[in-house]
Amino acid sequence: MKTDQPSAAPAIDIQGVQKTYPNGTVALQPVDLTVREGEFVTLLGPSGCGKSTLLKMVAGLLEPSSGSLKLWGQGVSQLEKSGHRLAFVFQSPTLMPWASVQTNVRLPLDLAGVPRAEADARVADALALVGLSRFAKALPRALSGGMQMRVSIARGLVVEPTLLLMDEPFGALDEITRHKLDADLLELWQKKNLSVVFVTHSIHEAVFLSSRVVMMAARPGRIVEEFQIDQPYPRTPDFMVSTEFSHYAKQLQDSLLRASRDTTESAHA
Amino acid sequence: MNTTSNTPFLKQPRVQRVLYPALVAIVLVALWHGLVVGLELPPYLVPSPGLMMETLIKDWSTLFNSLIITMKITVLSFVVAVVVGVLISFLFVQSRLIETALFPYAVLLQVTPIVAIAPLIIIWVKQPTASLVVCAALVALFPIISNTTLGLRSVDPDLQSYFKMNRATRGQMLWRLRIPSALPYFFGGLRISSGLALIGAVVAEFVAGTGGTNTGLAYQILMAGYQLDIPRMFAALLLISLAGVFLFVLMAWLTKVSLGSWHASEIEQ
Repeated sequence: MKTDQPSAAPAIDIQGVQKTYPNGTVALQPVDLTVREGEFVTLLGPSGCGKSTLLKMVAGLLEPSSGSLKLWGQGVSQLEKSGHRLAFVFQSPTLMPWASVQTNVRLPLDLAGVPRAEADARVADALALVGLSRFAKALPRALSGGMQMRVSIARGLVVEPTLLLMDEPFGALDEITRHKLDADLLELWQKKNLSVVFVTHSIHEAVFLSSRVVMMAARPGRIVEEFQIDQPYPRTPDFMVSTEFSHYAKQLQDSLLRASRDTTESAHA
Repeated sequence: MNTTSNTPFLKQPRVQRVLYPALVAIVLVALWHGLVVGLELPPYLVPSPGLMMETLIKDWSTLFNSLIITMKITVLSFVVAVVVGVLISFLFVQSRLIETALFPYAVLLQVTPIVAIAPLIIIWVKQPTASLVVCAALVALFPIISNTTLGLRSVDPDLQSYFKMNRATRGQMLWRLRIPSALPYFFGGLRISSGLALIGAVVAEFVAGTGGTNTGLAYQILMAGYQLDIPRMFAALLLISLAGVFLFVLMAWLTKVSLGSWHASEIEQ
């Protein structure tokens, strides 16, 4: 069974990382966070709590102002040395509108100079994983929002990542599509033995997906609380109507309220 | 009443797009003819449409030669404007500094009336065709520069982050991201610019026309004016207008061929 074991090696090790913008705005106070291999960690919090900022620093899209951020013991830019790879999924599908689904998914391989035949085979696998094989030749605009998001996930999976970073990926989708993609994501996570950091502002999504939820507060951005969601995987839709689910949701709800209310008090665990 | 799947011929949008303007043309020509006949206007003031067509056929060889010369200058200057404009745009997007330093001069070029600088250019550039091409290219240049620069800068910031995260080289960024993103803007520039190239060619020839070495359509109009050969002037005008319409249609077609597939759905059923 795949739950978080404290013994698993740390995938992400964040020590005292903070972000201050040149204009003096403190986006994130110094935070400590460890994500172990195989964990599904969700960053939850009101807008402006720095959850996206933190995720983007892990992805190397933003430089921390100070602190130490290691992925498998390496700096973000040296990740390849550890034999690991990360994939980042944006809030919007972020596809090239002029290129077919196939070409979009192949992009990271093309940029890395992977030979065409090998790349095409891997693209076919990735598209099969997200159930879009039939749409390989379609252009993104011919697909629904949910399908475009699947293409974006396939583009992430095609590099065979060990770490998947997702920045509110299903925020713009309707409820039903979101549930479907959440369930698919969990299945992929287990099948591929991924470590996932997932950003959302949906309590229900956080409870359903995560092995651990990290609650953040805004102004200044900081981590305030952590919750272990001790529920076995695979989680079915039945879990969403269970008393345990409501219990966790209530806990997170209260925490989120506290986090939204006291914006001046400093971090506590 | 008739909203079944097989729309009647006259109600199809494609037919209407041709039919309605054609009807307006017929009404206008009939009105023109009626007024000329009814008010007994002399041909040296306003020729009837019939007389105009008669002159066009009678003087066809001269007028057609002039049309070819005007079109040659238009096409040459358009090509020069596109090549130079695109190169300048690439220069501009290399750095904000270059753009900030040079853009005001592109504007200066745009706002200076071509008739004011044409005499200078005609003196400086001795070869008559070349001088006309330079004038017309100057008129057609600005839309290409401004649209292409805007297009090359209008890249989805998330997609740009994605390329950076995958360590795309400068060349990969340009070919795979910036140029495709810029194409719709570039084609918008082409449409405006092609019309301006024709206007530039005619205006430049008006200024240079007294030199007597060029026999483009503008020169025909000038000569017809001196000789009070108004039907011939109208015939030349008609040819200029048709040339402009032809260029516009050509550019619209080119846009559709190049970008149409972004919009078409290619989903396999």
